[in-house]
Amino acid sequence: MRWIIASLLAVGLTACSAEAPPAQNQPEPVSDKKVTVYSGRSEALIKPLLENFTKATGITVEVRYGDTAAMAAQLLEEGDKSPADVYLAQDAGALGAVAKKGLFTKLPADVLGKVTDVYKSKSGEWVGVTGRSRVLVYNSDLVKQAELPGSVFDLTGPEWKDKLGIAPTNGSFQAFVTALRVQHGDNEAKGWLNGIKANGAQIRPNNGQIVADVEAGKLSVGLVNHYYVYERAKADGKTVDALKAKLHFFPNGDTGALVNVSGLGLMKKASNDADARAFIDYLLGADGQKYFAEKTYEYPLVAGVATAAGLPALASLKAPAIDLNDLDTLQATVAMIKEVGLA
Amino acid sequence: MKSAAVAASAVALIPLVYLGVRVGEAGWDRITGEILTERTALLAGRSVALAAVVTVACVVIGVASAFLVTRTDLPGRRVFGVLAALPLAVPSYVAAFAWVSTVDDFEGFWDAALVLTACSYPYVYLPVAAALIGADPAQEEVARSLGRRPFLSVTMRQIRPAIAAGGLLVALYVLSDFGAVSIVRVDVFTRAIFTSINLGFDRTGALVLATVLVLLTLALLVGEHMTRTRGARYARGSLRTHARVRVGWIPVPFLALVSAVALGVPAYALARWFVAGVSRPGSVAEVVTAASQSFVAAALGGVVTLLLALPVGLLNARSPGPLATVLDRIAYVSHALPGLVIGLSLVFFGIRVAYPLYQTIWLLALAYAALFLPLAVGAVSSAAAQSPPVLEEVARSLGRSPLFVFRSVTVPLAAPGIGAGAALVFLTCMKELPATLLLRPTGFDTLATELWTHTDTAEFAAAAPYALVLVLVSALPTWWLSWKSRL
Repeated sequence: MRWIIASLLAVGLTACSAEAPPAQNQPEPVSDKKVTVYSGRSEALIKPLLENFTKATGITVEVRYGDTAAMAAQLLEEGDKSPADVYLAQDAGALGAVAKKGLFTKLPADVLGKVTDVYKSKSGEWVGVTGRSRVLVYNSDLVKQAELPGSVFDLTGPEWKDKLGIAPTNGSFQAFVTALRVQHGDNEAKGWLNGIKANGAQIRPNNGQIVADVEAGKLSVGLVNHYYVYERAKADGKTVDALKAKLHFFPNGDTGALVNVSGLGLMKKASNDADARAFIDYLLGADGQKYFAEKTYEYPLVAGVATAAGLPALASLKAPAIDLNDLDTLQATVAMIKEVGLA
Repeated sequence: MKSAAVAASAVALIPLVYLGVRVGEAGWDRITGEILTERTALLAGRSVALAAVVTVACVVIGVASAFLVTRTDLPGRRVFGVLAALPLAVPSYVAAFAWVSTVDDFEGFWDAALVLTACSYPYVYLPVAAALIGADPAQEEVARSLGRRPFLSVTMRQIRPAIAAGGLLVALYVLSDFGAVSIVRVDVFTRAIFTSINLGFDRTGALVLATVLVLLTLALLVGEHMTRTRGARYARGSLRTHARVRVGWIPVPFLALVSAVALGVPAYALARWFVAGVSRPGSVAEVVTAASQSFVAAALGGVVTLLLALPVGLLNARSPGPLATVLDRIAYVSHALPGLVIGLSLVFFGIRVAYPLYQTIWLLALAYAALFLPLAVGAVSSAAAQSPPVLEEVARSLGRSPLFVFRSVTVPLAAPGIGAGAALVFLTCMKELPATLLLRPTGFDTLATELWTHTDTAEFAAAAPYALVLVLVSALPTWWLSWKSRL
């Protein structure tokens, strides 16, 4: 019994001592060789990167892992008292929600300068770290290359009846629908949602499940982000070429080829924190970007870092001409998806 | 006692206060705009229907199993007694995953009902089995001597409060569940709450919707209270055993089928995960660390919950009255809220009221208490109700202080019930995920959070050891619970 109490106390105390807030309001950047990161991206992907960072800089990373959306809600609830220095999020929408409440500080110009305008916030409150392209994943046994659609609007046709998988509760799908609204107007976007619903689109809880079902032949095609096939290949112990699930990048600037980002924001209280700054520099530096390109198969957003082998280069994608900053009308998209009855 | 009970109930009110504050900010138009829609009504209706179906199924299976195990000459009844309790050790999201990955096209209302029934019928089985064992055989003997069939006229009345209490827990669990229903893809009310958060990063909308769950809970509580006040007194009689009904082998396939569905499918799926992929967990040390941290958090959660439940449960058993009833019901009111909402409410409380405790294991334990207080309150009050108050009165009349009497008479008499409550809370804390993710100390990995980490990236083989250890560690208190009840 005594050891239980002792260990409980020990856990409690270490957790308490980790709370000490870093010094604030000093003109010089301050460093205590520690940075607290809230990560909405999964531990399996992020942990090795953080270990590399600590090795390179000697700065310890206290990291909390969670679901991107739940974490955004947590940050909003915590407000100025949040222990977080940096918030690393799966998608721009979550970053926008936190920025809207004024919890982020404006990032320094040289950080913002590394990434082109479409992949960062106009007010400089968040910046993209990696790019992910929306794609159509298809089962190569069930769908021939010649049959692949040229536009997401083709997916409402009878040849795709009951064959398409979507994940409407997923942030990346919702960003894509927002892009549809921006590019084609609310009426057409709603028409498309109604169209795929009437065409028997199959609802899945997330992108990973869609790719798994396409690989297994339970679905012919699905709308997902490009890197999920690499995750599937890794989990199955295969190369991505050995999978039946193949990627189709929509051509000609179709909305279906939207490139979205994962990104980060710097919390206000850490605006002067040298360790947080070092962390951001690392993620947007050559090592960090190379890690994402090779290990998570996402697109590096900083010039000079090569894309993973087998993927078309970011510049070669015929992404729609959409500024991610224009995708901030989430509420309207959510209302529309709900109204149509897909979520 | 009263003030302690009031203070304890205040913990259960934290989520309600939080909901009140945030919903108040939303404004009337927003509230009506979220709640008074066709979709909200549809989802609420489906949630209520799912809760009703699962509760009825759990009552039928739970009561039948309890009767067969305690009152018949069923061969192997001790083994079945333990097997019937074991599904409590399987988190419903693991069971749902197991079914979805084993059976093609496993989705929809009835499939979700199957999974939820398989995971939660022990909530009925355990208290009913205890009531069947504890009930005074004399009453049945009197009924029989008067030429009546005792089962419906006496036994059912004796176990009715246990059925109602267990059924209430099942219904509230189904209303609050998100993990299993989202995996089995049935569109219920919690989906709407999570859609608001996940799709729109809209906390306010989610919380406005959550108040509907509180209203549904209030309605259920009133219903359960009505059965309870009409329930007969069910004092423990002498320790004579009951006459056993002869059934022979006939019910064995029924119990075997229930166990195969509730335990066999998850076991089969876990075994397949182990060999299916190449993703591997970290070292054994990582699994051990997660297991021990789960153990510490759940143990602390169990202790805190029990300390809060004691005054509420004892007050309810010893000085029944309006205050005791209200405090007891308060413990249940937030029980149908999803863990995410409870977690956010404790974030709110930690940031504003108890900042030194924020992201420490102590606030996590408090969250567990807010979530699982009803499990412990129910166990404590039914145990205390079954021990005669006259023993305490004798001790008092002999000049002992109230504290001494509490320590040397009340607690030892109620100890088995208290132990059962603690075990139940412990294993429920082990399985909890959403509130744990929000409130754990930074870097504090438990079995449930590790399981989430790996299933989130579809690394099932890596997830399997965590799921397995989680089920095994939870099986120990479950086994103890059924053994304790002399099953």
